[in-house]
Amino acid sequence: MGTHQTRVGGDPSDIPAAAVSARNISKTYGDVEALKNLTLEFPRGQLTSLLGPSGCGKTTLLKIIAGLLEPSSGEVEVNGIPVTGPGPDRAFVFQDFALLPWASVLRNVAFGLELRGIGRSEREGIAERYIRNVGLAGFEKSFPHELSGGMRQRVGLARALAVDSQVLLMDEPFSAVDEQTRRKFQEDLLGLVAEENKTFLFVTHSIEEAVYVSDQIAILLPRPSRVSEIIRPRGLRDKDVADIRRDPEYLDIVDQIWASLRFYVE
Amino acid sequence: MPMLSINRSLHLKILSGIIVFGAWEIAGQIPVSFGFPTFFESMAALADMVLDGSLLHAYSDTLRPLAIGLLISAFAGIAIGLWIGLSSWFDWLFLPIFIVMQAAPLAALIPLLVMVYGIGLTSKIFVVCIMAMPVIVLNTAGGVRNTPTNLKEMGRSFLGTEKDIILKVIIPSASPIIFSGLRLGASAGFIGAILSELKITPTGVGDIITYSRSIADYPSMYAAIFSIIVLAVVFLNLLERLEKLLFEGNVRGYASD
Repeated sequence: MGTHQTRVGGDPSDIPAAAVSARNISKTYGDVEALKNLTLEFPRGQLTSLLGPSGCGKTTLLKIIAGLLEPSSGEVEVNGIPVTGPGPDRAFVFQDFALLPWASVLRNVAFGLELRGIGRSEREGIAERYIRNVGLAGFEKSFPHELSGGMRQRVGLARALAVDSQVLLMDEPFSAVDEQTRRKFQEDLLGLVAEENKTFLFVTHSIEEAVYVSDQIAILLPRPSRVSEIIRPRGLRDKDVADIRRDPEYLDIVDQIWASLRFYVE
Repeated sequence: MPMLSINRSLHLKILSGIIVFGAWEIAGQIPVSFGFPTFFESMAALADMVLDGSLLHAYSDTLRPLAIGLLISAFAGIAIGLWIGLSSWFDWLFLPIFIVMQAAPLAALIPLLVMVYGIGLTSKIFVVCIMAMPVIVLNTAGGVRNTPTNLKEMGRSFLGTEKDIILKVIIPSASPIIFSGLRLGASAGFIGAILSELKITPTGVGDIITYSRSIADYPSMYAAIFSIIVLAVVFLNLLERLEKLLFEGNVRGYASD
């Protein structure tokens, strides 16, 4: 298989059971092998990053787990149930937000509930609560084009939270927002992981971001993609959000990841 | 600020009206042609026709094929366009027909229509449909096909059924292009309605145009033409209102802009 996996930090025994497992996933587009025999477990209640150079199939893997793409072979299980398509146990946060431009913030946030057939007053009540939670109170009647990029992604996040799924799939959610907003988002995300008892799958191409927010980092290498390494930062989660970036462990892991990725970056 | 911009756009409209009608008046005064009346002569003729009821009577004839034809074109056109946009098989089967229909010289087809459907209402409705439907179908199909993939994926990932995704994502997303097809189709339908009255049997507004030309009553002829243009503009404005009412955020701009 040519895959070698190492675990850094964390005794395997204190890793929670997997909420999502991907087993022997392969995906080919015509002659192109996007994913090859990829196996990965996502521990419950934790945030796992998929990190790798562009074209390594991390978004493809996330969409297979979401049920938006079918793997050529292999299977995905969420809470022990095989995935055959999108399900109520997973919610997706899109890189480019995927908001309905003709709908207000309120309707956008409530849209997942609307598609589930929940009555108007009930879903709007739920949506209003999550709009407040992501800090957009007062913008319920605004339209997406009236919001900044960061605010749009808050709408996307509120929509995903509103359906109350166990698993949150985030496809480079912060890559289209500016640097300062991104830092704020990363801090908020840590709070969210701590508060909500959800499993987060987080695709990113930023090494720093992955190390900052993750309980577990899966490094994917391209052509064809496989998991080359799994890193579990040990002591970062208990640190204050302001101190993580100067923690020696943080800096070491960032360096270590860059050392293994630099070879693959053109 | 919005108050100011409304005023400004109203002022601009009045100004452009003065320029166009002023040019018409001057051209009629010179006159550029014996058959070209002045603006005020035409308006006087228009007032006469409105007051003696002949214009109203003419429109009751003209509007019937126009309204029926436009309704058929809008509903059938959007439905067929949806199908073409959603299914590649339908696309293969039907798209060429509408491309040919749009490109075909209609005047050459009218004798054929008359041969098959006679000189009554049916032929006229057909003319309106042939003029109006292709652009509605082609625009709807194009709009549907260009629905952003991420919006469709979003609909699927939040458990939308196929029907949900068509009604709540694809149609609203395609609505600006569908509505521009409706506007183009409606104005082509107006042309078709008048053309059918000039080419098949002279009734309604087409009759006023033909008759007043034959007795050299040019002010009435231009008044009739002017009235149909005004009606078309009013109708297109109403369509725009409808679009704004239905898809507010779309009209105000796309989030990805």
